[in-house]
Amino acid sequence: MTTRTAIEAYGLTKRYGDVTALDGLDLVVPEGTVLGLLGPNGAGKTTAVSILTTLLEPDAGEAKVAGADLRTSPELVRERIGLSGQYAAVDEVLTARENLHMIGRLYHLGRARSKQRAVELLERFDLTEAADRPVKGFSGGMRRRIDLAGALVAEPPVLFLDEPTTGLDPRSRIELWGVIRELVSGGSTLLLTTQYLEEADQLADDIVVIDRGKAIANGTADQLKAELGGERVELSVVDAADLPAAREVLARYASGGVEGGEGSRALLVPVEHGIDSLSRVIDGMREAQISLSDIGLRRPTLDDVFLTLTGHGTQSESNDQEVNA
Amino acid sequence: MSSLVTTFNDIAVVAHRNVIKITRVPEVLVFVLLSPIMFVLLFAYVFGNSIDIQGTSYREFLIAGIFAQTVMFGATFTGAGIAEDMQKGIIDRFRSLPMSRSAVLAGRTLSDVVYNILSIIIMSITGLLVGWRIRGSVIDAIAGFALLLLFAYAISWVMAYVALLVPSVEVINNASFMVIFPLTFVANTFVPAESLPGPLRAFAEWNPVSAVTQAARELFGNIPTGTPEPTAWPLQNPVIYTVGWSIAIVAVFAPLAINRYAKKAKG
Repeated sequence: MTTRTAIEAYGLTKRYGDVTALDGLDLVVPEGTVLGLLGPNGAGKTTAVSILTTLLEPDAGEAKVAGADLRTSPELVRERIGLSGQYAAVDEVLTARENLHMIGRLYHLGRARSKQRAVELLERFDLTEAADRPVKGFSGGMRRRIDLAGALVAEPPVLFLDEPTTGLDPRSRIELWGVIRELVSGGSTLLLTTQYLEEADQLADDIVVIDRGKAIANGTADQLKAELGGERVELSVVDAADLPAAREVLARYASGGVEGGEGSRALLVPVEHGIDSLSRVIDGMREAQISLSDIGLRRPTLDDVFLTLTGHGTQSESNDQEVNA
Repeated sequence: MSSLVTTFNDIAVVAHRNVIKITRVPEVLVFVLLSPIMFVLLFAYVFGNSIDIQGTSYREFLIAGIFAQTVMFGATFTGAGIAEDMQKGIIDRFRSLPMSRSAVLAGRTLSDVVYNILSIIIMSITGLLVGWRIRGSVIDAIAGFALLLLFAYAISWVMAYVALLVPSVEVINNASFMVIFPLTFVANTFVPAESLPGPLRAFAEWNPVSAVTQAARELFGNIPTGTPEPTAWPLQNPVIYTVGWSIAIVAVFAPLAINRYAKKAKG
């Protein structure tokens, strides 16, 4: 199987005064795959998307998108991409149909084809009933759908979705995931940014974790989880007085420090040998006569991954003073 | 498609979108309809009796001035529209599309011609009701309207550029009044230029707003026989002077604005 790359970027850098928004980011996305660009607010995700969609010029670095060079032929890039941003980039006064029609005309699809695409997309995104109402009255989920439809008007080979579900309620989010999955099964290449770890896990083939403008890890969701300390044993003791003893037992089989205990009866410890480690821990606890109310093997979530990688969790405000610390 | 054809296509698409918006935002329609009516009535009845124009009625003299003033003020609409577009999410869509870089601005200035045609129609009707008459030929009158629209189009480009310099929609109105008020009032729009004191008179005589007003008055036949010939060259040749200014303004401000837009688009 030959794989061609739909997006390749090397050393993308963008500074705003003293703040480095992107610090030499490299990205490679093979055709027909989904790359999840994952990071907290202010990590540089939107800057990266803006550069790759020609909205922003990088201070340094080069990139090719859908075979066209970003610097030398941005017009060609624009012909071959679709973009859907964090907020709906449609005209609120126009109706859904008028918006799609206008976008089609601006992709130079011609009058008839633009009309036809608008009808197809309204149908596909379940907006037929609302087609002739101004977008102003749409719900958040409908706005995202019309915006996403806008990105698909010209059936571009490469799609950029910048935080497509931010601000949506859980039900609309899951609906939109369905739409995105369907879209990708049609063979488009997709670069998706998100701050939701679950979203990247659900949708992306590969994930690049980005923090403070740099890629700090990449791989499939499973690879990332495996790379970062693998599995953990989690247990709860019946009697809080057993905690110190339980810690001692755990420490024997652990591949890292024991967490938890303060204020709870639960302990968490990274292990190297999965089930094997788990059964040894159970045996050890039995020998030490510690009774457990619960024990299990837990694979790390992407939240854990993020915490381990950045040391500051996903909620930390990106404090710019710390950038070069 | 050749690039020139696609450019015209893009401009037409953006202009069409703006025209749809004019018809759909009631505030805008009210502004289009009411403000010219208000100006005609205000000047005709408030100042009409206190300003004396030799050989004609003030209302007759006034209407061309009101036309010029209204299309000048209409240009703030261009500025506000562009400033608003730049703030809204739609601009990111436009920038990511393979459309001509000049289309957002050229489409806006084009759609504002439609806006100006609407307000000129309304003003003409109001003018006819208060006693204004076209006393020249139909062709001359059409030329007069065309000249007003041409000049308005040029001023639209100035405001398009100004809109790209200011940070927000709120600022654009103040910024444009700073430009438009002196240009509109230090002119022969409401009083004859000759009646102004020294330096103001010189400014008024060379002010293109005076020339377009003078040209419209002549073409509508609103200058009675026996009125003394103006002494300043621009007012003696108001049509050429207006056309010259209009071309010069577009030639300077269209590239400035388009450049500025492209730069802003690059963050």
